[in-house]
Amino acid sequence: MSETTLTANAMGTKSGNSYFVVDHHPENGTLLGFWLYLMSDCLVFACLFAAYAVLGRNYAGGPSGGMIFDLPMVGINTSLLLLSSITYGFAMLESQKKQVRNTMLWLIVTGILGAGFIGLELYEFVHLIHDGFGPQRSGFLTSFFALVGTHGLHVTFGIVWLITLLFQLKRHGLTAANTRRLMCLSMFWHFLDVVWIGVFTFVYLMGALP
Amino acid sequence: MSAHTTSTHAHNDHADHDGHVSHSTFKGYATGFVLAVILTVIPFWLVMAKVFDKSSTTGMLLLAIGAVQIVVHMIYFLHMNTKSEHGWSMLALIFTVMVVVIMMSGSLWVMYHLNHNMMPGMMDTTVETKPESINAAPASTALTVAVPQKAAGTQQVP
Amino acid sequence: MSEPINLTKLIFGRLTWDAIPFHEPILLATFVMVALGGMVVLAAMTYFKLWTPLWRDWVTSIDHKRIGVMYVVLGLVMLLRGFADALMMRAQQAMAFGGNPGFLPPHHYDQIFTAHGVIMIFFVAMPLVTGLMNYVVPLQIGARDVAFPFLNNFSFWMTTFGSMLVMASLFVGEFARTGWLAYPPLSGILGSPDVGVDYYIWALQIAGVGTLLSGVNLIVTIVKMRAPGMTLMRMPVFVWTSLCTNILIVAAFPVLTAVLAMLSLDRVVGTNFFTNDMGGSAMMYVNLIWIWGHPEVYILILPAFGVFSEIVPTFCSKRLFGYTSMVYASVVITILAYLVWLHHFFTMGSGASVNSFFGITTMIISIPTGAKIFNWLFTMYRGRIRFELPMMWTIAFMITFVIGGMTGVLLAVPPADFVVHNSLFLIAHFHNVIIGGVVFGMFAGINYWFPKAFGYKLDSFWGHCSFWFWVVGFYVAFMPLYVLGLMGVTRRLSHFDDPSLQIWFVIAAIGAGLIFLGIISFIIQLVVSFLRRESLRDTTGDPWGGRTLEWSTSSPPPDYNFAFTPLVHTRDTWAVMKSDGYIRPTSGFVDIHMPKNTAAGFAISAIAAVVGFGLIWQMWLVAGIGFVAMIAATIYHTFNYNRDYFIPAAKVVRTEDERTLLLSSHV
Repeated sequence: MSETTLTANAMGTKSGNSYFVVDHHPENGTLLGFWLYLMSDCLVFACLFAAYAVLGRNYAGGPSGGMIFDLPMVGINTSLLLLSSITYGFAMLESQKKQVRNTMLWLIVTGILGAGFIGLELYEFVHLIHDGFGPQRSGFLTSFFALVGTHGLHVTFGIVWLITLLFQLKRHGLTAANTRRLMCLSMFWHFLDVVWIGVFTFVYLMGALP
Repeated sequence: MSAHTTSTHAHNDHADHDGHVSHSTFKGYATGFVLAVILTVIPFWLVMAKVFDKSSTTGMLLLAIGAVQIVVHMIYFLHMNTKSEHGWSMLALIFTVMVVVIMMSGSLWVMYHLNHNMMPGMMDTTVETKPESINAAPASTALTVAVPQKAAGTQQVP
Repeated sequence: MSEPINLTKLIFGRLTWDAIPFHEPILLATFVMVALGGMVVLAAMTYFKLWTPLWRDWVTSIDHKRIGVMYVVLGLVMLLRGFADALMMRAQQAMAFGGNPGFLPPHHYDQIFTAHGVIMIFFVAMPLVTGLMNYVVPLQIGARDVAFPFLNNFSFWMTTFGSMLVMASLFVGEFARTGWLAYPPLSGILGSPDVGVDYYIWALQIAGVGTLLSGVNLIVTIVKMRAPGMTLMRMPVFVWTSLCTNILIVAAFPVLTAVLAMLSLDRVVGTNFFTNDMGGSAMMYVNLIWIWGHPEVYILILPAFGVFSEIVPTFCSKRLFGYTSMVYASVVITILAYLVWLHHFFTMGSGASVNSFFGITTMIISIPTGAKIFNWLFTMYRGRIRFELPMMWTIAFMITFVIGGMTGVLLAVPPADFVVHNSLFLIAHFHNVIIGGVVFGMFAGINYWFPKAFGYKLDSFWGHCSFWFWVVGFYVAFMPLYVLGLMGVTRRLSHFDDPSLQIWFVIAAIGAGLIFLGIISFIIQLVVSFLRRESLRDTTGDPWGGRTLEWSTSSPPPDYNFAFTPLVHTRDTWAVMKSDGYIRPTSGFVDIHMPKNTAAGFAISAIAAVVGFGLIWQMWLVAGIGFVAMIAATIYHTFNYNRDYFIPAAKVVRTEDERTLLLSSHV
């Protein structure tokens, strides 16, 4: 719990109760706060999933998922993201052992894997748009691009954050504040992998079903 | 009453006193990773190898396996448990899941009824004839399911 | 062969001189008044050398008390704008019959009712509610500030800059003409190709970020920063309702963010979320936006319920009846808030089974609210009631809100709703509950906590004037609307053909005039109270005989709120401390750890507003550079690890000694 130094003072109270403490340090709320923010982000994605659930079969004379999804590539992407989750885990393990350099190394690996994920996704998007299957083509494609694109934007922000954190680790090391930031980014990164499970299941795999 | 000495203890050590932050272990991450891989390979195989005839069976299985994998991620990677933040993390998650379920199922139910009552025959599920690959040029004829034809002039102005 | 890049287009997008409404006399007159008034204010600030204190003590402040005051100020200022819109609508509807077109063409009238709704909900009600929660909650739980003080400052400025974008639409371009929820296809790019809906979208997205972060902030504050001994069931009810409100905020505002983003993609990129063809569904917008919209109204009302739960026990000198059921009612309302949204669009055609389900849930949700009313009444029973202004506002609330609630239950019956949906009956209902509930609650709260915040009570005479003008004015303005609604008059009309309706509109306009006098009286109350502040001075910190911890501090409290963190043993903590003979400690003070002020919140929000403006006017270069600048500023801020300082014990001693002196001088 929080730290509290009680006083023995119960000046003048009939019950003998003391009504104040001298030194009180409330617990740090950053991790809970970030978790709550992630819950709100969950709802943004839920909204996009709902849009996809409603509009996902509105092909408007355009292609269906089965026609445009490259499942092997999605498989590679999924692996990249899953691997990046485990490499971030290794970064956390190193940070627990107070090994700044190794922490940073695993973070860099994570960032590269994340960048690979984004790169492949951009490749997919560019190709689709080039073929005339961009987000304007149909309700299905609109909701597809919005959902997958938003996830990709989140991963991109995560990479920017990761790079920033690398600089901050270099400058200040594994202070309490930096450790908290590492843990927040960890939650963020794993959360994006959780959302991706939803994406590859609901959008790609089920979308490819006849 | 005696004066108290000023507090010398560093105030940015609060993280050490939180205590509830679960410590990760290599074993935990490795277990989670292996489970996640298995739970990813199976769905991809089910779809790509066309294991079941009925889409609905495959669909149900995909959703179920996906849900299990999410739980795996929650436990092994996100260290979700009932003790984290005195149970507030779990409570927040449960509430969020409840809202998400209400929102998704509610929207699907409502939109289904709305579309059925208010847009009969306008279900725009027309599909192109299948191009050979993702890089093929768009095919010529469209197989229509719905009745109305889309006039050329109704393109959205970006 | 490529075209030369049009530099003007790149920088200015679709912003041209045509955007300034030189040809609209009402707007020009407004602009002149605003410009003159603004210059007077700026001149006064320069003359009285207020710029530095304003920046140092208010703009960059991370103190929840200052931020709370600023939120309330924002809400009250925007009330003037929103109410001006209301007066114009009442005037137009009172005169525009038959051959008389009134003074507002539909193009203008549509912007006015849209702006009225947007401003009142997002920039009056939300800031007032957020401001009260910000000010009071940390004090009531015995904390020194909220969990994330910098984020608090940032949230405030995001809200303010959002409101500035709405105000900018008055003089540069125009506002949306779609109603406050901007349904597509009218709000799509084909229905509204102009900038109005874009102003709407970006003002709300910016303000929405502020609100969401504020929600996270207050939840963590309540969960983590309660004084030792304050278990959940010992928290004041206002803190409980704040907790529920902020849970609603965190779980609802993301939906608004997502839906508005989808709408803006439809408008700018040409996607098909809500289009009529190409596989879009406009009905889905209505569905999703109300998934946000219904929790939103509970976000507005729950804090007001909390205010009343503090005021009734205080002014009846009696413990709140049914504390546990109050808590359960609040939690049940929070959960049920997500199960009723479809009642806002019974008539859109989901059919009997869906409509019945949501009609039943809507009726069920009125039950916990009813439980609360009974608890307040049972608290009053056999209490020693003092009819000070906060209590008067509370009683006015109880009567008015119950009437509004009953019309709500009427509307919850789908067949009845089919008759009166989108009629003036609906308008009367929601104004009944919002004014009767939220506005009266805010006035009650402001009158109640003003002495705590500023050290002197508000003038009673002008408060009574304001009260009576508001309450009588409300009934005169809105009861005719129930009648008109039942007779079939549709909302959002700027002109009518049936002259027999006119008398009702004239009565409603008179009511609006009375409310106007109520607002003027309130402004006078503020001015007179300031001028008379010495005679209204609160020296004890507890002018009403309060029951919760904020009344144990001085009025106003010191920066650090509590020299020693309170130790809590019971509910109604301060009331029990007083009856237990508690004596305030006067020595033994230690250094106190506090967060530093910062300009980062203001700066990042200002850049966000520039980005918003750029996106509205398709000034892509401005928007792009601004966005990068925003990210850069945020990252720069995260490199600042030096965010706190210590108030030395000697300063605490001086401050507390001043209070000791003040308390002993009070007879």
